[in-house]
Amino acid sequence: MNKPESLVPRYSHKDYKSAVKPIWCPGCGHFGVESSLFRALAYLELPPERVAVVSGIGCSSRIPAYTQCYGFHGVHGRAPAVATGLKLARPELTVIVTSGDGDAFSIGGNHFIHACRRNVDMTLLVMDNEVYGMTKGQPSPTTPADWDSKIAPGGTGVNPFAPLAVALASGANFIARGFSGDPNGVAHLLVEAIQHPGFSFVQVLSPCITYRPEERFWKKTVHPSSVEPTRDPAVAGHRLLSDDGFTTGIFYLGNRPCYTATVDTSNHDLSAIEEDLAL
Amino acid sequence: MNQAISTLDAFLTHAHELEREAVERYEDLAEQMEVHNKPELAELFRKMAAIEQQHVDKVEGLAGGQPRTFAPWDYQWQTPESPESIPVGQGHYRMNPHQALSLVLACEERAEAFFANVAENTSDPAVRESALQFAAEEREHAELLKVWLARYPEPKADWWQDLDDPISQE
Repeated sequence: MNKPESLVPRYSHKDYKSAVKPIWCPGCGHFGVESSLFRALAYLELPPERVAVVSGIGCSSRIPAYTQCYGFHGVHGRAPAVATGLKLARPELTVIVTSGDGDAFSIGGNHFIHACRRNVDMTLLVMDNEVYGMTKGQPSPTTPADWDSKIAPGGTGVNPFAPLAVALASGANFIARGFSGDPNGVAHLLVEAIQHPGFSFVQVLSPCITYRPEERFWKKTVHPSSVEPTRDPAVAGHRLLSDDGFTTGIFYLGNRPCYTATVDTSNHDLSAIEEDLAL
Repeated sequence: MNQAISTLDAFLTHAHELEREAVERYEDLAEQMEVHNKPELAELFRKMAAIEQQHVDKVEGLAGGQPRTFAPWDYQWQTPESPESIPVGQGHYRMNPHQALSLVLACEERAEAFFANVAENTSDPAVRESALQFAAEEREHAELLKVWLARYPEPKADWWQDLDDPISQE
């Protein structure tokens, strides 16, 4: 792991936190994820103005407002597309996409797959609480089939999506899972993900205490991986397909070359386009 | 895991991070309570943040400035986070002062246990002396919190029930 050499840290949590107060429910796992993200950025000594946080829609997607980094609160499910354009145009920026299980795997399912496939150098951080929290508790693509609620009596009966396995099959270059109740562990995963070239996908199990109060017990269910990360997609695939969904750690470290812009945009004059678009 | 912290430098680094993260978490919780219109709890958490900030200042005084830091995952905590921070997931918008104080008391007790453990396991007399002093301070706070706690009624059995619940899940 590449760590800048300095005894006294240049940045702390406060350097990345904005003055906007989060409106998440107290006890929400997303507070832990936000803290992990800031710890990771501070550890990497990334100046806030060199980081862009791009999101879609949902509770998790509010993070751009809560950070001093550049932020873009985008269209539902389309954050990877916005982030792809940004990274190709401004490759010097560290680009982080923050999303949720509904935003990334349902509304943005297609974008998720193709972002993995393109392998642009950015990190997708999905805060997975297995429910649509912002719209008051509907089952999401990762909700267990038998989760009983007033909205889905008896459960949906539909098998949950397997995001890590889909990411592997689609070509993601780094695949990991963390738990929001372990902010230091998630910070460690994010540091690795940001530093790994290509498209990195980190799923963080992040309890929704309001609509899925039983998820408080995830802290007793999650368990660290007992094996080292693999560079072999076949081994990673076997592990992911036989996993219980609560194993934390890095599952896959790929070595595919990143997709980079093939057109040099530095010499293009945008004024003509601006004139065309002027009302 | 026993903390075998063998230098005063490493000890002060741990003590500083423990107190700094406590300030950070109390400030976060105060903001959360303000957002959810719980001014009494917001005031409590702000007060706790101010108390812990005094400890941060004290450690910086002992260290002659801000101590060096470790990577977040390299600190020798026995808990997922530093022991004096209220764990992520413990807050609730319907909790009452008794519950909030119970969380704060648990933080002080974990911090005391941490410092006592360091004192017990270190081979360095200077570390032992400082760790015992810090443990005694945390114990003092815990005793004070127990007095405060007795002033507030325990929550009712259905404390989490919200008459204006967004949607019922039963």
